[in-house]
Amino acid sequence: MGGYSYDELGAIFAMQGFSGISLFSVLLLMALGLAIIFGQMGVINMAHGEFMAVGAYTTYLLSSLTETYFPAFLPYYFLFSIAAAFVIAGVMGYLAEYILIRHLYSRPLDTLLATWGLSLIMQQSFRSLFGAREVSPTLPDWLLGAYPATDMIDIPINGLFVLALTGVVTLGVFYLMFKSSWGLQVRATTQNRAMSGAVGINTKKIDRYTFALGCGIAGIAGAAFTTIASTGPTTGSLYIVDTFMVVVFGGAASLFGTIASAFSIAQAQSILEFFISSSMAKVFTLFVLVLILMFKPEGLFASKVRR
Amino acid sequence: MSVNLFTPQKSSTGRVIRKPRSLLKSLCAIPVSLVLATHIGLVSAADVNTTGLAVTDTEVTVGILHSLTGTMAISETGAQQAEKLAIKQINEMGGILGRQIKIVQEDGASDWPTFAEKSRKLLVQDKVAAVFGAWTSASRKAILPVFEKENGLLYYPTFYEGLEQSKNVIYTGQEATQQILDGLNWVAKEKKAKTFYLIGSDYIWPRTSMKIARKHIENVLGGKVVGEEYKPLGDTQFGSVINKIRLRKPDVIYAAVVGGSNVAWFKQLKAAGITSKKQTLLTISVTEDEVLGIGGENLEGFYSIMKYFQSQDNANNKAFVAAFKEMWGKDSVIGDVTQAAYLGPWLWKAAVEKAGSFDIDKVVAASEEGDIELTTAPEGYVKLDPNHHLWSKARVGQWMKNGQAKVVYESELIKPDPFPEGYQ
Repeated sequence: MGGYSYDELGAIFAMQGFSGISLFSVLLLMALGLAIIFGQMGVINMAHGEFMAVGAYTTYLLSSLTETYFPAFLPYYFLFSIAAAFVIAGVMGYLAEYILIRHLYSRPLDTLLATWGLSLIMQQSFRSLFGAREVSPTLPDWLLGAYPATDMIDIPINGLFVLALTGVVTLGVFYLMFKSSWGLQVRATTQNRAMSGAVGINTKKIDRYTFALGCGIAGIAGAAFTTIASTGPTTGSLYIVDTFMVVVFGGAASLFGTIASAFSIAQAQSILEFFISSSMAKVFTLFVLVLILMFKPEGLFASKVRR
Repeated sequence: MSVNLFTPQKSSTGRVIRKPRSLLKSLCAIPVSLVLATHIGLVSAADVNTTGLAVTDTEVTVGILHSLTGTMAISETGAQQAEKLAIKQINEMGGILGRQIKIVQEDGASDWPTFAEKSRKLLVQDKVAAVFGAWTSASRKAILPVFEKENGLLYYPTFYEGLEQSKNVIYTGQEATQQILDGLNWVAKEKKAKTFYLIGSDYIWPRTSMKIARKHIENVLGGKVVGEEYKPLGDTQFGSVINKIRLRKPDVIYAAVVGGSNVAWFKQLKAAGITSKKQTLLTISVTEDEVLGIGGENLEGFYSIMKYFQSQDNANNKAFVAAFKEMWGKDSVIGDVTQAAYLGPWLWKAAVEKAGSFDIDKVVAASEEGDIELTTAPEGYVKLDPNHHLWSKARVGQWMKNGQAKVVYESELIKPDPFPEGYQ
């Protein structure tokens, strides 16, 4: 590394470290919602990416409304749009479960097909409602640009924001799942549906709320990702592969597994990408992933899934 | 106006034959054509159309084939809107050879086999006289064999990697050298650039373009390529690549990232503190269409090299922008490819009128004479070269916060060279 001072190399090292952590938080936020649905209910939700797009479009709508009617409110609307994205995506998830998914619990392959169909319908609806072109929400100034930690180190503010948001959402999910009585019911249903029903848990209601929660979190992710990526009818399909990779590698039913898996994939990807080309980095990561899954088909952290 | 009953007809193999059926057809056409000739002054369908295209005495049918659904709908919407506008304007002027143009529109659905199937339908079933369509190179490659087999005529609007010239295609966008070389010359001269970092999406167009760019940088400009990187299509994470670029400290970042990745790329550049204040960036994949998704604030000060920008200040363009907005809404934006698509129907009109016929072979022959030009093109002036590509100018635009570009450089008219020597 001729021609570089130690300061420079140190700065690049620090920024590269942050981009790894930042990728980790992005992957985790993408995967949390899917992990809840896939892990707790055994439903493979192919429309997960589209629920993220719902969150992104909610942000876009609120940004245009704010710009037109309350320009003074522009610096703050983004926080509200995250809440709104959660509610709207959640309600749509609730309806999707009620209309479509609940009829198919005994047929896992059919849910795959049905949710894939749902994703196509949603994509085309975005196209009809918002147009085929990509849109860009006006982001508040405090979310743009970089925070100059030192003369040479620039830390992306949107990266910090997504990191913080992922922390909050993850803690929230853990609290709900492991500390609340609702979480207890969810876990009971996961382990033994018939028995849970027998002791008076309304398992159908539990399913519906779990699905809505997963979709709501996808909505939050979608809203947050407007700061780092695109908002268009096919935005969701950009995320879905990575999301599945994280969840499957982590072990379907384990939230800890999802975190560990997001962390290892993010670090591998980001470090490799620095030294070799992006395409090769992806190939190599996927290759190792496939190899590990061949020997450990249940993923990193296996636990019981409702059969 | 004459109806020659005994003109020998050339068969497709080139032998001269006399077909009893065509004689019969000509006989039947006499009364109609005589009436038309005396009362309206029109040339009968049998005369301007000897190959069975969908041409009547009052109408000629053309096809529009773009993706209205799927991933590519983002890009192809503008192109098909511009083609419809051009056709509407031609019809208002009285049509072509006295015939109104009727459109059959098909949806390629961002799927290459669908493009091939729909183009076959347009050519075989609808017998259209010309097709305006396709956007990606992949879709063009998929329909090319169909057009060559059925002898159709395609007007293709996108700037593309070159290395192609088909009898059945007129390319209204720029081929790679028309876009790339002048932009690099400009940045080397104006910004004293010596070192370049090349980054693109991982498929044929960016890779071919970068190959040409690298040859030009190293052999002609005497500069140095300090990095070359391709991101998988749809990838949205640029953190590591941005750090790599930081490490190499290039004078210029030369970018050809497309689609959703393009949005992520510029948003993350800005977030990483790499703005036009510190870094020169030249891209060949951002038009006004893409800016809608990326956001002007993330592009401010960076440069695009294209042949057309919506902000171009000339009378042709002002009229075009006004007409486009009137037809498609005042918020519409017009990118490079949209303008190139708009040229298609006009070039076809000029060629048909020159040939005096809708026959594909005659229209192609007229197009190849090298004297078809449009002085009314929004980009200024274009001329059709015998190699089926357009002479056009390259322009460098600097993006502003409002999503429009300021044209800071304009080249001379550049001759199209789809097979550039020394660059392959």
